[in-house]
Amino acid sequence: MAIDPVINFMLLVFLVVMAFTILRLSGMLAMTIIFGLYSLLMAGLFMVMDAPDVAFTEAAVGSGVSTVLMLVTLSLTKTRHERHTRKIQWRPLLVVLLTGAALIYGIHDIANMGDTDAPAQQHVADRYISSGQQETGVPNLVTAVLASYRGFDTLGEVVVIFTAGIGIMLLLGRPCKKGRVEDDQTP
Amino acid sequence: MKDNLILRIIAKLLIPMIILFALYVQFHGDYSPGGGFQAGVIFSSGFILYMLIFGLDTAEAIVPSGVLRVIASLGVLVYAGTGMVSLFMGKEFLNYSALAESPTTGQHIGIIMVELGVGMTVGAIMLLIFYAFANRGRE
Repeated sequence: MAIDPVINFMLLVFLVVMAFTILRLSGMLAMTIIFGLYSLLMAGLFMVMDAPDVAFTEAAVGSGVSTVLMLVTLSLTKTRHERHTRKIQWRPLLVVLLTGAALIYGIHDIANMGDTDAPAQQHVADRYISSGQQETGVPNLVTAVLASYRGFDTLGEVVVIFTAGIGIMLLLGRPCKKGRVEDDQTP
Repeated sequence: MKDNLILRIIAKLLIPMIILFALYVQFHGDYSPGGGFQAGVIFSSGFILYMLIFGLDTAEAIVPSGVLRVIASLGVLVYAGTGMVSLFMGKEFLNYSALAESPTTGQHIGIIMVELGVGMTVGAIMLLIFYAFANRGRE
C-alpha cells in the first residue's frame, strides 16, 4: 500500500539526476541517450499515476521514435560536441530563473491529485462517469470520452498530425521525380 | 548493422511481439487502456526497429512510402467518413448512435472505426517522418 510514494520518490529523484547529467554532459550522443532514459522514467511515472495509455505513448514516442530521430539528425550534422562557454550569460539565466519562479509559485494553486472538489472535476467529468457506460457501451471511459464525447477534438488532432507529416515531407522529403524536374526546367 | 548476430536475432524475436501488441492495443482499446494513437505509435516504433537493424532499403521494399501516404490519408478519410455517415443517417456529425439500430451498438461501431482511422494516420505518418529524416543522410 505504501509502495507508491516510494516508487514516485525514486522516479522523481532519478529524473532530477538525469536532468543534471544532461546539463553536465557535452557529448551530443550521450545527451540523446539520457533524454531517452528521461522519457522512459516519465513513462514509469505515468504508469504509477494510473495512466497506462499516456505511458504507452511516452515510452514509444519519447524514448523510442524521438530518440531515433535525434540520432539520425546527429548522424547528419558534423559537430558532436556542444560548445561550452565559460562566461555566464545573464539574460538567458534571468529568463530561466523567472520562469522557474513562476512555475514554483503556480504549484500551490494546483489541486491535489484525485481531489473530487477540484474545478476540473466539477464540469462534465461527473456525467461521463455516471452515464458514460450506458450511453456508449464501452467499458474504457478514456476511449469513450476521446472517441465519442470529444470525437470532434480527436478529429482535429488527427488532422494536426497529418498536417505535421505533410509539412515534414515537404521540408525534408526527397526531391521530385526526374520527369517533374525536367518539366520545371523546360519553361 | 545487418552483420550483428545478437541484434538481428533479438530484433526478430521482438518485432512480431511489438506489432502484435500494437494490434491488441488498437482493437482492444475499448476494453483496456490504449487506442488508435498508442497503437499507431507502437506499430511504427516496432517497424523503426526493423529499419535500424535491416536497413532502409529492405524496409522500403516492404512498406513503400507511396503506400504509407495513401494509408495516412485514408485514416483521416475513415475518421471524417464515419462522421459523415452518421450525418447522412440523420444525426449530428460524429454522433455514432445513428450507425446501428441500438445507440450503444452504433457507438461501438463508430468508436472502432474512428480508432482505426487514428491508428492508420498516426502509424503511417510516424514512419513517413522517419523515412524523410533517414533519406536525408543518403544524398
